[in-house]
Amino acid sequence: MKFRGKIIDVACLNHFSRVITTISKLTKTCVMRLTPDNLFFVLSGKVTNGGVSMWCELHQANFFDEFQMEGVSSEFNEICLEVTPENLSRALKTVQNAKSVKVKLTKKHCPCLTVAAELPSLSSNSRVVTHDVPVEVVPRSLWHEFKEPSMPDFDVSIYLPPLKTMKNVVDRMKNLSNFLVMEANLSGEMNLKIETDLVSVTTHFKDLGNPSWGKTSGPIRLPVPQINPNVVEVTRMTPHVSTGDAASQDGGASQSRDPEAMAEVRVDIRKLQQFLVGQQVNPSKAMCNIVHQSVVHLILLHDDVSLQYFIPAVA
Amino acid sequence: MPLSTQSQGEDEQYILVTSLDNARNLSNLLKAISFKDHAVFTTTPNGLKVTVEDCKCVQANAFIQADIFQEFTIKEDLITFQVNLTVLLDCLNIFGGSTSAGISTALRMCYKGYGYPLTLFLEEGGVVTVCKINTEEPEEPIDFDFCSSNVTNKVILQSESLKEAFSELDLTSEMLQITMSPSQPFIYHRCLFLLSTFGSSGSAHYDYSKDSDMMELFRCKETQTNRYKMSLLKPSTKALTLSCKVSVRTDSRGFLSLQYLVRNDDGQICFVEYFCCPDEEVEEDS
Repeated sequence: MKFRGKIIDVACLNHFSRVITTISKLTKTCVMRLTPDNLFFVLSGKVTNGGVSMWCELHQANFFDEFQMEGVSSEFNEICLEVTPENLSRALKTVQNAKSVKVKLTKKHCPCLTVAAELPSLSSNSRVVTHDVPVEVVPRSLWHEFKEPSMPDFDVSIYLPPLKTMKNVVDRMKNLSNFLVMEANLSGEMNLKIETDLVSVTTHFKDLGNPSWGKTSGPIRLPVPQINPNVVEVTRMTPHVSTGDAASQDGGASQSRDPEAMAEVRVDIRKLQQFLVGQQVNPSKAMCNIVHQSVVHLILLHDDVSLQYFIPAVA
Repeated sequence: MPLSTQSQGEDEQYILVTSLDNARNLSNLLKAISFKDHAVFTTTPNGLKVTVEDCKCVQANAFIQADIFQEFTIKEDLITFQVNLTVLLDCLNIFGGSTSAGISTALRMCYKGYGYPLTLFLEEGGVVTVCKINTEEPEEPIDFDFCSSNVTNKVILQSESLKEAFSELDLTSEMLQITMSPSQPFIYHRCLFLLSTFGSSGSAHYDYSKDSDMMELFRCKETQTNRYKMSLLKPSTKALTLSCKVSVRTDSRGFLSLQYLVRNDDGQICFVEYFCCPDEEVEEDS
């Protein structure tokens, strides 16, 4: 099992650090999965974390100038590590202006991700700062828990309003209530609602647009007007829907569904807030799929990063 | 503006309809008096008065005249209701209460009458929020019976200078003592308006002379020394921060009135007023 990556470009380093920071806002610990092409940050929905699950996908080539890895075996060429993103984020923050940063899987007193940064120096001697971030190696037998979540058989899919506006609204609503109802329909309308003994508040967003996850013979695609990597992302993100019954139900549901009818989910407002707080950059696409009274599936697409976040419904 | 598209029919059911192009003009003033949850709204054709009280010892009033509102329709001579002020403020700032120029939250506030909620329609950038805040049985506000005819001493200051004084006050002191005097009772100072604290690390005095640029008006009839609980006066600093001028008055019973002149984003003038009872045991400090 070997892993060694090197980032030279400052922009890549900043971007990588932002992604890790975003993840650190969402969860205390998560699993980092390394494959020859990708890095994944995965949180599987367990009761201990309120049933929230997360799937974040990065193309290593967009971040790393060098990337070498050797998985547990040639058959399973992957590495699964349990990490505390907060620690990794802190390590990366202190090396923001480094000339180059190496990330290595090392064996010190315990398995560590070693972040070694070469800092600019005025003399000919280079300065190197090393952070050892302890990790735990996830045994092969547990890997099945960290598979890509399947696309839920949603009732409504809708683009999210500007996340900043949404965050402001959710922040205030959180002061007033612990739970929030998120509802949306196929006419591009989304409402955020709270109701308590003292007050009821509803924020109405409209003209948001509904992504049409139109069914084609191939995998389900999101028709993005401009040519960009997102198309590929979404395609790759949703292989489960492409062949299963879900797909046909999907297409069917979306077409036969009353465009005004709301699909709603009542969620723990803190989970939604966490998701909104973490967003450091405006994604090129932000959308959400709602399975009536069951789950909210939030999807953010950046150029080279995709983040999926699932918030389960509460009674 | 989407808010004005509210159907006329619905408007007719309301006994009170007000609208503001910038909700901050209301939320800022309410913030200045938000030290307790319950606020009594008293509405007359002249405008809106919002009252908050604590311990039956301190009362704050924010006055928003009818002409501050773009629309102010009232169908009765007097409408009174009570709402939770913290909730109301959260609702008014639902879009984050942005201070950047060009972005403002439009507000339409309606009330159908006794037993009905206070309904707010807020709009910013095409997004509309509807809030229904349940109203409560209004409590009769205390009448502090503070008449201008009974005023003994009065000073008007630039808020700037009082802000500075308050920021330097020793908050370990339980009391704030205010001395106003027409003469020069102290040996070393020409002290006319004096704020004193008596904290754990000693006493501190903050004084203003009559000639100070910060003093706009000074009208004292007799020397008066009163003590007020710091905890009661502390919330008034919120109003002080917002205001440009403050009038400090005491009456013959030692009651304190602080009137703050607040200029809103649009340059209009509103008032916030605090009344505070003096602490009972006034001993002569030797």
